Amino acid sequence: VTQTDSFDDLRDLYQEVILDHGRKPRHAHRLEAFDATAKGDNPMCGDRVQVWVKYTPGDGGSDTIGQVGFEARGCAISVASADLMAETVAGRAKSDTKALFTAFREMARSGTCPQCGPELAEPMERLAPLSGVHEYPSRVKCATLPWHALIAALDGSKETSSE
Amino acid sequence: MNVVTNPPEGLHGESLHPEGVGAKDLQSQGLQTESLPPEMAHGLDVNRIRQDFPILTQTVRGKKLVFLDSAASAQKPRVVIDAMRIAMETQYANVHRGLHWMSERTTEAYEATRDAVAQLMNARERLEIVFTHNSTEAINLVAHSYGRGVLKRGQAVLISDMEHHSNIVPWQLLRDTHGIELRVAPITDAGELDMAGFEAQLADGKVGLVAITHMSNVLGTVTPAERIVRIAHAYGAKVLFDGSQAIVHRKVDVQALDCDFYVWTGHKLYGPTGIGVLYGRRELLERMPPFMGGGDMISSVTYAQSTWAAVPHKFEAGTPAILEGIGLKAAIDYVQAIGYDMLAAHEASLTEHALARLAAVPGLRVLGQAQDRGGVVSFTVDGAHAHDVATLLDRQGVAVRAGHHCAEPLMHRFGLDSTARASFGVYTTHGEIDALADGLTRVREFFA
Repeated sequence: VTQTDSFDDLRDLYQEVILDHGRKPRHAHRLEAFDATAKGDNPMCGDRVQVWVKYTPGDGGSDTIGQVGFEARGCAISVASADLMAETVAGRAKSDTKALFTAFREMARSGTCPQCGPELAEPMERLAPLSGVHEYPSRVKCATLPWHALIAALDGSKETSSE
Repeated sequence: MNVVTNPPEGLHGESLHPEGVGAKDLQSQGLQTESLPPEMAHGLDVNRIRQDFPILTQTVRGKKLVFLDSAASAQKPRVVIDAMRIAMETQYANVHRGLHWMSERTTEAYEATRDAVAQLMNARERLEIVFTHNSTEAINLVAHSYGRGVLKRGQAVLISDMEHHSNIVPWQLLRDTHGIELRVAPITDAGELDMAGFEAQLADGKVGLVAITHMSNVLGTVTPAERIVRIAHAYGAKVLFDGSQAIVHRKVDVQALDCDFYVWTGHKLYGPTGIGVLYGRRELLERMPPFMGGGDMISSVTYAQSTWAAVPHKFEAGTPAILEGIGLKAAIDYVQAIGYDMLAAHEASLTEHALARLAAVPGLRVLGQAQDRGGVVSFTVDGAHAHDVATLLDRQGVAVRAGHHCAEPLMHRFGLDSTARASFGVYTTHGEIDALADGLTRVREFFA
């Protein structure tokens, strides 16, 4: 604990949640059975991610995300972002997920999301540890890359780029 | 070589003069070299040098700036800043065409840079110096004019496995449009050119041009330039060196090297962006068709046909980078006043210190162990991605580069996607390298 304190200056971006999910992601695996998948590629830094999506079976058909898995090759920010994304979007409707992405992207770029309504308060709080990335413009794409891949999968595209 | 004549304004002559406050003088005063700060041990007073670079007083994220990214672009001394400002304030017009006083004076100032470059590189003639906008454009010029104009279909260009994209892609374009084969000479695990492999690529005599780095921007490896030229010439190939990194630290003598082309860029040599240099052997430049068409590069123009200006102007279409050229002259004067002996000794001292300090950081691996190497050190840290390393160093005020360094094939050669890279300049101190090593030790603990 005392050692944690000595790293205060490094924690504005690399909060414990990010280090934890970056080091031990819970959803970093391809899904055996999936309905959609897409790859994301950031050619500037070489980060790559693939996202798999399984929709919730039932009446809703393909409207609700049941489960998300990913494989990522990249920095702690991109892996942690992918993992927090997978955790946050499970059980969420497609359209809600797209709205959440828009809000998340705004937070990653600016550090805040003035337009985020109360309906996004809970998921945005889970994603809030990544807001520090706005201080590092070159790293914003690390955080948003997995989301680009997810949205591409939801839209039925195969590949996307954070460029 | 070290004699300082008319040191530029703002240069601290006493610290640069060979008879100045060097280690030898202090020794003769009975002082021990070991008691000197490490930077002083070889006679360069870095703290005085640092006063010439206004930006070094800046703070970043509340910390004193530790700038270890000079291989990407170097900071600028006051004399360069002033030369460009004074030109704009007192003596500026377009060059080469005006019949008025301002144009003539500006032309003289701009063309004086060509003399300075020719002298810096020991070219036989000033007209062997062609101005471009950067190294990339200089290589593209050769790929276009020599590649398309002189090389014949079926011939090959030979590069190495440690090239910057700027010395790969122009040759791929040539290959794909002009039927020129592109060959790649291997490098060893230590990051040195594999000389047997290099010679094997030349053996069939099809290689018309070798285009190779003089110092790797990733590994720091300095290639054995004279040997490369000797071997290449024996097989009938011309040689181009990408000297973007090398000329910052080492004296380049194109006659001693006996090379055919040599390119570099101003902004890494403490000069402005937007001006680069192509040295080309005169007889080769004269055989080459123009690169771009436009004003300044013609002798006469009719609708039926145009004739070209003599070299080097044949390759300099359009209004050149006038102010940047004037700034480059100030940078060359600055570098020469310090002297390459001092620069090379300082770089060697920094590199030795960096390799020793980084070797002691747990989990850190330096990429490349060339015998002859310069002040560019790439490394990986176990358990931490290069981008995270760079961001966490930045948080501590230390600026390094991270990524593939525009050398993706080289990264793949070593099975990597990215590295972090620290690189040094004349203003870099041993203390800054200590800050890097201490910062990396913290990064390592942070991710442990």
